[in-house]
Amino acid sequence: MAFLNNLISGISLGSVYAIIALGYTMVYGIAKMLNFAHGDVIMIGAYVSFCATSYLELSPLLSIVLAAAVCTALGVVIERLAYKPLREAASLAVLITAIGVSYFLQNAALLLWTANPKSFSSVVGAGSVSLFEGGLIISHVTLATVAACIIIMIALTLFTGRTKMGTAMRAVSEDKGAAQLMGINVNTTISVTFAIGSALAAVAGVLLCSAYPLLVPTTGSMPGIKAFTAAVFGGIGSIPGALLGGLMLGVIEIMSRAYVSMQLSDAIVFAVLIVVLLVKPDGLLGQRRNEKV
Amino acid sequence: MAMLEVKDLNVYYGMIHAIKGASFEVEQGEVVALIGANGAGKTTILHTVTGLLHAKTGSVQFEGCELTHTPAHRIVSLGMSHVPEGRRVFSNLSVYENLMMGAYTRSNKSEITASLDLVYERFPRLKERRGQLAGTLSGGEQQMLAMGRALMSKPKILLMDEPSMGLSPLFVSEIFKIIEEVSAQGVTVLLVEQNAKKALSIADRAYVLETGRIVMSGPAKALMADDAIKAAYLGE
Repeated sequence: MAFLNNLISGISLGSVYAIIALGYTMVYGIAKMLNFAHGDVIMIGAYVSFCATSYLELSPLLSIVLAAAVCTALGVVIERLAYKPLREAASLAVLITAIGVSYFLQNAALLLWTANPKSFSSVVGAGSVSLFEGGLIISHVTLATVAACIIIMIALTLFTGRTKMGTAMRAVSEDKGAAQLMGINVNTTISVTFAIGSALAAVAGVLLCSAYPLLVPTTGSMPGIKAFTAAVFGGIGSIPGALLGGLMLGVIEIMSRAYVSMQLSDAIVFAVLIVVLLVKPDGLLGQRRNEKV
Repeated sequence: MAMLEVKDLNVYYGMIHAIKGASFEVEQGEVVALIGANGAGKTTILHTVTGLLHAKTGSVQFEGCELTHTPAHRIVSLGMSHVPEGRRVFSNLSVYENLMMGAYTRSNKSEITASLDLVYERFPRLKERRGQLAGTLSGGEQQMLAMGRALMSKPKILLMDEPSMGLSPLFVSEIFKIIEEVSAQGVTVLLVEQNAKKALSIADRAYVLETGRIVMSGPAKALMADDAIKAAYLGE
């Protein structure tokens, strides 16, 4: 039963990683850049939700909507101001800019909300469901997290697979030049991608802080890196890959915490990543990209 | 005034002066060929016309509308469709999705369906394979898809870049036959080709491009009879 409890915690944590990883993977797929500020957008989302519930006394659901709206705007603005001018620049310059944006967001949060940890109260309450006469306890947060992950996955799969905008996004991710010849505005597509990724980051931030309630300006950075790892693990650019990578990472992390060592769990997570990349350099579901000359 | 007028175009890749003052025009209803060796600048010119590249000086006018600084994604809705070199179909999209991307700027559903039916009629093989990923098609089928995709925007002028490249002679003949059919239905065609013999055989007029300059122009028949052209491009 303990194993099953751990597995459920792993899936719950993994679902959060998966939602964050989607942001990394979609932005990478379309704009071919690693947005290392993505983790900090999570933190901003969590703070917005925190402020909305504690100071404005909004309902939890409304606070999530507000957080998603703020993060969507933030993501689009970041892309416009920091990344768009570098569209033709070397990828290293973009990467360094992304790291700069990440520090900027963390320090802005430090100014706005100080370094004192905020105690985040779960948006779905502290209740839980107990099964097998208390042998298996599933908290409401876990249920909400897994449900959110499933809904988001289905919605995104339908969006990219069935809608005109989604198809255009896949076209842009494959060949920007040819997509432009079709009349697709690549800049708009990139903005939409950032908007979706950042809205998801806000949801992930709220869910993460509902499960792990300590909120500080660096809250987003470790989950951000883990989710990035998950995206690479599953095959960056692939939406199912982000789900698979996120879930596996979450389960591995919780299992190694429970059965190997609390201290070593992160090391084990990254060791598994290294092994996977040695065996399958494109990640589990990644596609080998043939660079055309 | 010609449908497409390119005047004194100068295009640079960094320090390299790729197009050196090229001027040409295409009249409504014509098939105009731009021929020249590999590296002469044919593709560069097409990319400049459709906004994928921008000229340093000179102008591109389409139906009297200045295109020199128009971004590439605005071009197709003006009635100009570009079939790029190497086809560049979206290999992870299905044949049907590729065709629908060709109609991206159009919104009238019934008109789009009508265009789709026309494309399927012209390329029955695309209809057979409409659910298949474009990357799994053969080179010739991909060329057909690239053409079909371009026709989905209902263009007034079709810009074709090396449609014969990498295709078997049978497919080359088929593609050129289709270009003639499309032209017969009133679509103006600007054709860029290394295969000068094929290109001149269907063109009304042609321009010869050498290292970024237009060195000769005239009716296709006259160029075909020209000794210098014969020696340099027709292998006779």
